[in-house]
Amino acid sequence: MPERRPDESGQTVAPTGTGGAMDLATSEARSLERTPDGPGGTGPAAPRLSAPGGRPRSLWSDAWRDLRRNPVFLVSALVICFLVVIAIRPSLIAPGNPLACDLARAQDGPAPGHPFGFDGQGCDVYTRTVHGARASVTVGVCATFGVALLGSVLGGLAGFFGGIGDAVLSRITDVFFAVPVVLGGLVLLSVITSDTVWPVVGFIVLLGWPQVFRVARGSVISVAQHDYVQAARALGASPARVLLRHIAPNAVAPVIVVATIALGTYIALEATLSYLGVGLKPPSVSWGVDISAASPYVRNAPHALLWPAGALALTVLAFIMLGDAVRDALDPRLR
Amino acid sequence: MRGVARARWAAGAAVVLLALAACGGGASDRGGRVLTSSWGDPQNPLEPSNTNEVQGGKVLDMIFRGLKRYDPKTGKAENMLAERIETTDSRHFTITVKSGWTFSNGEPVTARSFVDAWNYGASLRNNQKNAHFFSYIEGYDKVHPETGPQTADTLSGLKVTGPRTFTVTLRQKFSTFPDTLGYVAFAPLPRAFFTNRSAWLDKPVGNGPYVVESYTKGAQMTLRKWDAYPGPDKARNDGVTLIVYTDSNTAYTDVLAGNLDLVDDIPAGQLKNVRTDLDGRYINTPAGILQTLVFPHYDPQWRTSGARKVRIGLSMAINREQITRTIFRGTRTPATDWTSPVLGTDGGYKPGLCGSACRYDPAAARRLIQEGGGLPGGQVRITYNADTGSHKQWVDAVCHSINNALGNDKACVGEPVGTFADFRNRIGRHRMTGPFRAGWQMDYPLIQNFLQPLYYTNASSNDGKWSNKTFDRLVDQANAESDTARAIRLFQQAEEVVRDDMAAIPLWYQNGSAGYSARLHDVTLNPFSVPVYDRIRVG
Amino acid sequence: MGRYVVRRLLQMVPVFFGATLLIFLMVNVMGDPIAGLCGDRACDTATAAQLRREFGLDKPLWRQYATYLGNVFTGDFGTAFNGRPVLELMASAFPVTLRLTVVAILFEIVVGITLGVVTGLRRGRPVDTSVLVLTLVVIAVPTFVTGLLLQLLLGVRWGWIRPSVSPDATLGELIVPGLVLASVSLAYVTRLTRTSLVENRRSDYIRTAVAKGLPRRRIVVRHLLRNSLIPVVTFIGTDIGALMGGAIVTERIFNIHGVGYQLYQGILRQNTQTVVGFVTVLVLVFLAANLLVDLLYAVLDPRIRHA
Repeated sequence: MPERRPDESGQTVAPTGTGGAMDLATSEARSLERTPDGPGGTGPAAPRLSAPGGRPRSLWSDAWRDLRRNPVFLVSALVICFLVVIAIRPSLIAPGNPLACDLARAQDGPAPGHPFGFDGQGCDVYTRTVHGARASVTVGVCATFGVALLGSVLGGLAGFFGGIGDAVLSRITDVFFAVPVVLGGLVLLSVITSDTVWPVVGFIVLLGWPQVFRVARGSVISVAQHDYVQAARALGASPARVLLRHIAPNAVAPVIVVATIALGTYIALEATLSYLGVGLKPPSVSWGVDISAASPYVRNAPHALLWPAGALALTVLAFIMLGDAVRDALDPRLR
Repeated sequence: MRGVARARWAAGAAVVLLALAACGGGASDRGGRVLTSSWGDPQNPLEPSNTNEVQGGKVLDMIFRGLKRYDPKTGKAENMLAERIETTDSRHFTITVKSGWTFSNGEPVTARSFVDAWNYGASLRNNQKNAHFFSYIEGYDKVHPETGPQTADTLSGLKVTGPRTFTVTLRQKFSTFPDTLGYVAFAPLPRAFFTNRSAWLDKPVGNGPYVVESYTKGAQMTLRKWDAYPGPDKARNDGVTLIVYTDSNTAYTDVLAGNLDLVDDIPAGQLKNVRTDLDGRYINTPAGILQTLVFPHYDPQWRTSGARKVRIGLSMAINREQITRTIFRGTRTPATDWTSPVLGTDGGYKPGLCGSACRYDPAAARRLIQEGGGLPGGQVRITYNADTGSHKQWVDAVCHSINNALGNDKACVGEPVGTFADFRNRIGRHRMTGPFRAGWQMDYPLIQNFLQPLYYTNASSNDGKWSNKTFDRLVDQANAESDTARAIRLFQQAEEVVRDDMAAIPLWYQNGSAGYSARLHDVTLNPFSVPVYDRIRVG
Repeated sequence: MGRYVVRRLLQMVPVFFGATLLIFLMVNVMGDPIAGLCGDRACDTATAAQLRREFGLDKPLWRQYATYLGNVFTGDFGTAFNGRPVLELMASAFPVTLRLTVVAILFEIVVGITLGVVTGLRRGRPVDTSVLVLTLVVIAVPTFVTGLLLQLLLGVRWGWIRPSVSPDATLGELIVPGLVLASVSLAYVTRLTRTSLVENRRSDYIRTAVAKGLPRRRIVVRHLLRNSLIPVVTFIGTDIGALMGGAIVTERIFNIHGVGYQLYQGILRQNTQTVVGFVTVLVLVFLAANLLVDLLYAVLDPRIRHA
């Protein structure tokens, strides 16, 4: 399977677009020619031998060039920027106090000045949803980043080199898989007294990395069989170069997929930990906590569940789109 | 590969077919006038002296009858197996057992059935969690010493004097002792229990209106009416099948779907809909349960001269009316004393005894807390256990109420503890620094049970280590008093001592609630929030 | 291959000891479980001491572990606090959970991969977007809510299913619980399949196959899907554990007395013997599942060899 890598010459003008709209049976054969732009399609197809400046472009700068022109990327980046801003300064758009609650208004619907209504404790859902972004986005993003980094680095090495290192790491993950989350949380987090989200993030990374490890390892084992990898090795490329330049970009897609979905589950996991008293120190405001508090009352006050859950969904959506765009940008066959 | 794919589709199709098949037989076969009821897995082996929670108690209440029985409606202790309980000095009692009673295996219930059972329950080597109920009886310190091995196997205070009579000698005067004998720990046990305990535990045999037909541990128990039951409260249905549910929500939906007849714990999230969901087949009656906030009186911060005012101030900052209405939907009633309405005013319940200290008054609360030197450390953390009973909701609501009253959104926060065991450990090791939740479910409907175990110096459940000489003296006097009305007045005086120091903040009286299917009639709950199964009619 | 399998089986030995020791220590760190056994009141000191003796909690930790391991090797997994042998609990919990897991995994394989293929081939089309929206709903809405609404709708409103699963827990009854349990994993499987498919669609061997004029179905199933399955298979392998030990919420909603419930109860009641017993079995399941996954790699891609 000869793959054209950016640093190996390819003579054809690659088609652009993500190609999602194509019908496989009829269009695959045409994919050597120009294909119509897909939904993520970007500007003109550039000759790929060299950059305008003359210097051979790296895969990563190519990817970045693609990304900047991908509307999917731009939209998701915009949403993520927005989330980051309100996580840092929630009072910009929600000046109220998320801890001010009046039980007399419990479960009430929207009212003037309270567009999302009130939750079971009579707190303003809008204010709490906006203020909940800080804890939830921090936990979700940082934990996902940590899990993805640790898991894919170790998994990549284990899958690439195999042998004893792989066996030891793999068996360690087996033990980690065995630790029930509730038990781990009660044991590890109960000894830590910190007002920040970092213990929770650390805990999720500790228990979450084995999954990404397995996925990354499998992906690397699979990609390492491809002909271009064998070719690079035969040409005498160093293992580091083979792993980083040839395998990593092709093996990263499953990791991105798992990480983007895990992001949502980690935000929910924070709520479980907080519920047991080992997560965020009360009075904490987070989407997870509000979602789990609203869950039993979903028949009577669905709005109290809808908004924080919607915010969580929006965050996950932004990262799924971002992941998709990054993956596409890393795939030269789509250029 | 294609073969594999096809096999998968075949498997998928098989699953779908199975689903359709399962839909056909919706309701389970329920022969005759047998009802199904929700149950929780008992946390201990089903021995009377080892059962200290409602779910095990539910079964024992169906298969056992003791010397006394608490009237399901009034809670009054009435003779059941006891013919007479006589005393002249409130310390030596002579008990005569009625004739004609047998266990469902035919063995007669004699004085020995009781004495053997009580000795078993008290003996340290049997690890019975209700052993302390026998601690009033003379010789308890020998069969159940605080430390070291036991030096006797039987209580010296118990003597069989005839086939149907035995005497009880107490360590001190306790005039209402006969009224405690309706508690399940005092049930008689058949010989079969002592000869083969494990077989008995697999299928308990008692002397109540029901017999255990089959018992699949962790899943369900089938009880049938015992036709030869000699007592006056024969079952009015043919039997009860108890089905273990791990979540009351599921039991509730099963009642809605017609798969279950009775759920005796309505989940909080459904309380708003229960009347329409069940078309009025919903009961909500007082039970002998009081929820309080207990203070760690061992902590110097709560022993200062001003701490009493802070405690009263906190009590006045809690809007009980609103919380019971909004969070609990009327399944709790704001508490105005430290007992329970199920005692009745004759039994010592005195509404309003707490007075203004239990009335919501934010301005007075603010003033009192200020006068008392403010909240210790500037903040109170209400500790509760997160694993059972969804306490988070009301603790949050209580905190919001306090915060709103004090105008400080960080004055009060909830402090969840992951497990009940950890929660109890922190209490036992005196690690609490602020108020913590306490629920007291009465063992027997006596005012004594709401005060002595909780507030007497070093009493078994005095978790806050509150101690007051006046209180102790009044309780001692009350226990020695043979005139019931006078004894109750003394207990109420003791209760006033608790009030004046606000040893614990009374929050609300808990009700029992249940929902049932249209097949059932005469569904009631007793003061222990357990359905009165023998009175339920089916069809 | 044979040697590889033997080596992997031998590796189970240190993992077994490591996992049991770790869990043993963790439950012990949680503290004294006896205080939780006497309800809302303190156990009297004598009974508490006696119970501690009975459960061996008065001995030093290493002795407790050694005794426990010794008992396990004679087939005695200890006793839960409610007096039932752990072995009995396992015998009643594992078969149910196994059935539930099988149903959930079937859903992942059948529905997840199908949706993944469909969305991968129809990228950007309405079906792709709809599945994405469903994915987001599944991630954002807690299982508790999905389960509750399904029960009310299917069980009460339409009467299609029993809201709770009977103690027999037949496969048919486990369909809806299995779907609820699988829902989040379905999202993973669908997106993994979709992404892998999109990656591989433009590979040369697919072009070759198309150029050869092979039927579309054959190309998708035989060439495209087979080469896209490695990440999916890996994920499902890691998920088996989460499904078996972590089905706490699903089991609760549908009243299934399975492993998740017993394990959760064991943890909350700090019962070392229950927790270690159940986790030990789960570890063996993970080891077997991961071995199976590694062997499947070679089936899916014959170039991968296990030495």
